[in-house]
Amino acid sequence: MLRLEGVGKNFGGLPALQDVSFGAPVGRLTALIGPNGAGKSTLINCITGVNPPTSGAVLFQGSDIAGLPAHKVTRLGIHRTFQNLRLFPRLSVLDNVLAGLTCEGGQSMLMAMLRLPYLRHRERQLRLRALEAMDAFGLADKASWPAGVLAYGDKKRVELARAIVGRPKLLLLDEPVAGLNAEETAAVGEQLRNLRRAGHTILLVEHDMDLVMNIADLVVVLDSGKCIATGTADEVRRNPLVLEAYLGRMEATA
Amino acid sequence: MTGRQQLIYFLTLHRTGLAVTLMAAALLLFPLVEDNPYTLGLTNLIAINAIVVLGLNLFIGYTGQISLGHAAFFGLGAYGSAVATVTFGLPAWPAMFLVAALVAVVALAVGIPVLRLSGHYLAMATLGLNYVVHTVLLQWDEVTGGPSGFAGIPGLTVPGASIDDPVSLHYLLWGFAMACLLLCLNLVRSGVGRGMSALAGDETAAACLGVDTRATKVKVFVLSAVLASLAGSLYAHSSQYVSPDTFGIFASTDFVIMVVVGGMGSIWGSVFGAAFLTLMPEWVEFFNEHKDFVHGGILVLVLMFLPQGLITGLTDMVRVRLALRRRDHAAA
Repeated sequence: MLRLEGVGKNFGGLPALQDVSFGAPVGRLTALIGPNGAGKSTLINCITGVNPPTSGAVLFQGSDIAGLPAHKVTRLGIHRTFQNLRLFPRLSVLDNVLAGLTCEGGQSMLMAMLRLPYLRHRERQLRLRALEAMDAFGLADKASWPAGVLAYGDKKRVELARAIVGRPKLLLLDEPVAGLNAEETAAVGEQLRNLRRAGHTILLVEHDMDLVMNIADLVVVLDSGKCIATGTADEVRRNPLVLEAYLGRMEATA
Repeated sequence: MTGRQQLIYFLTLHRTGLAVTLMAAALLLFPLVEDNPYTLGLTNLIAINAIVVLGLNLFIGYTGQISLGHAAFFGLGAYGSAVATVTFGLPAWPAMFLVAALVAVVALAVGIPVLRLSGHYLAMATLGLNYVVHTVLLQWDEVTGGPSGFAGIPGLTVPGASIDDPVSLHYLLWGFAMACLLLCLNLVRSGVGRGMSALAGDETAAACLGVDTRATKVKVFVLSAVLASLAGSLYAHSSQYVSPDTFGIFASTDFVIMVVVGGMGSIWGSVFGAAFLTLMPEWVEFFNEHKDFVHGGILVLVLMFLPQGLITGLTDMVRVRLALRRRDHAAA
């Protein structure tokens, strides 16, 4: 589904990513982990076109999407959430989720102004899909609330719903459980498992090791902008390079 | 569902359509109640201002940009219609739409480079545009009549009648205003409109939801310029005289103040803002004498206490209160 080949990103000569290569196979949940400052969020921004990479190729379904503007990447079917929430606080929860269907809501301003019957019909369908997605995340009773008044956990769920409602081919989740308590984390984990079971392809960036080790099919470890390990959760857990990155260099004492 | 619930459901489902119908009915009946030509002249001016403010509110309130130059498009529309009908002898209706198309081209040419800017820089650039247009209108005597203005613009006619008395102008201008209102309401309730309000909220997030941010900004800018141009043409034909001072930068700031009073991103608020600022000097003599101070004061007060604008700010406050109360109920 997604393949990164030698992706690099420099910020004014300072390398944030160097030669990162890995793949996220169809229908699997790939987790991207690494210590703070390893370049995980930068990588997500490179894939989605928010910050285009300076070198390398991002192959999505066989074609290179590196350097495409963000809206084109989204229209190809890559939807994402943000680490620091980016909801629209003034809009209602329903409108926030509907914003995730922008790609399908029609592009023509003229048609929208005339509100032709086919658009009205489509609008009804989109609304139903949004309500369905909100239901799946337990937000249905808050549809008309402005998103700004929601509790933090609910806001995170609105972002997830907004990313999923458009039925993306690839879902990029940037720390979906950051700042949530154990109970909420478990709930999100359950939802991710459901998505995975429903056949979604997911790339998950996460700090929460328990969550990652429980649900990831494939784990990619990033450290200082380099990809240092790939494999299943168990393989990665035993990889000495990974232990070193997380725990510091161990002296060979024992 | 009980009858009462059904009624409430029907009302909420069709609230926009019902509100538009009610307003149209009120406007239809208005000349029967009020036939003072002076008052009708004022309400007609509200209609013209409302058309400009609707477009400007799409641009400022929905896409989150700023323009201090929309009086330029208003003026180009007015002078365009004047020159086309008087100097070139074109019929008024085709001239109006031809001029609107030309203004759209101008707005596109200006918008593509200028909308790469944002914030203060965009405000300065649009202000500059307004200055240029105002200076041209003022100095190009042979075409525009210079500071003494352009007189003798023919009134509009429809087959069988000419529209020159205040009552028929009322129907024409408010007909246009209601059509624009309806188009704008449709736009903001569509997927495109949601993309626009996403853009106002957070540009990165909007791009990641599939909104072509640059193209959307330019499109809305052109649309608002076209609406301003149409309003300008209507203004020229209904007052039959135009002078450059109507289209200076203070006119632009007045339009922005109307948007701010009405509320960012509120289509109904646009009509309210246009009405409020047009009528206010008539109510209180002091406001008329010190118009600029009062307008400046209103702008400062609204932006300090309700940065989203008066109507939007107040409705937001009510919505947040209601939601918080429901949240506390649910928690208790």
